[in-house]
Amino acid sequence: MTTTTIAGHAVDVNEEGFLTRPEEWTEDLAPELARLIGLELTDAHWALIRFLREDHAAQGETATLRRVSTRTGTPVKTLFTLFPGKPAKKMAYVAGLPKPKGCV
Amino acid sequence: MTATDVATDTAPTIVPSFDSPAAEGRKLAIICSKGSLDMAYPGLILANAAVGEGVETHLFFTFWGFDMINKATMKDLKFSFVGNTAMHPPGHSGLGIHHMLGALPGATAAATAMLKKQIAEQDVPEVPEFLELLAASGVHLWACRMSADMNHLTEDDLYEGVEAIISASDFIELTEGAQLLFI
Repeated sequence: MTTTTIAGHAVDVNEEGFLTRPEEWTEDLAPELARLIGLELTDAHWALIRFLREDHAAQGETATLRRVSTRTGTPVKTLFTLFPGKPAKKMAYVAGLPKPKGCV
Repeated sequence: MTATDVATDTAPTIVPSFDSPAAEGRKLAIICSKGSLDMAYPGLILANAAVGEGVETHLFFTFWGFDMINKATMKDLKFSFVGNTAMHPPGHSGLGIHHMLGALPGATAAATAMLKKQIAEQDVPEVPEFLELLAASGVHLWACRMSADMNHLTEDDLYEGVEAIISASDFIELTEGAQLLFI
């Protein structure tokens, strides 16, 4: 584990760069995390990030892509458009959460 | 990994390599040849995982695997444990059930209901909804020409997300360079 500085905050990250302590995440980190992976956040991104945060707080684990889609009513296709390539991991990264563990 | 803004007292920022050039152009082709419930899921789950990792993914449904995309059968795939010597009740590994008990009337229906319940408990969708998820995620679904002809089926009989009925040669051509799984 490493401590690094993102948007002026010292945060702990793992070897891939994911935050290891979700409680260290604040909303002002998200735009910078997004920028680092080439994304610019819109309201649509924010709605998903906030869902992920709330769901993680309630469930103790990161929602899978299907869970994000069914719980927020967002079509899977839209998730792939907003977070292209690896949507589940990118969403988790920007939301300061671990990668989802579930298979589906 | 790339290093950017370095603060004086902390390590350089590590950024996940989500879009690394090494992963670009990776393709996976899965041949689904079985029509039983337990053999339908491995291909669906792996395809979902692959497309979520940014891998170009193709599924080819052939022989009994055709039942996974045939609108008349896709909702009603069954699980039988006849011939499956690994069969045991859920949560009771080591407590064997003789596989020939699966041949008794009603055993297939009971085993199918049990497996469907276990799958639902994992919040994993049934086959038709799973195919919808895959198609929406950008997985390419292809139907085998010979299987369609043998069963006298056309594209109208198949799940709408199937892109086309293609020949084995077409499939080999469009999955050039792909990693391949036969299930």
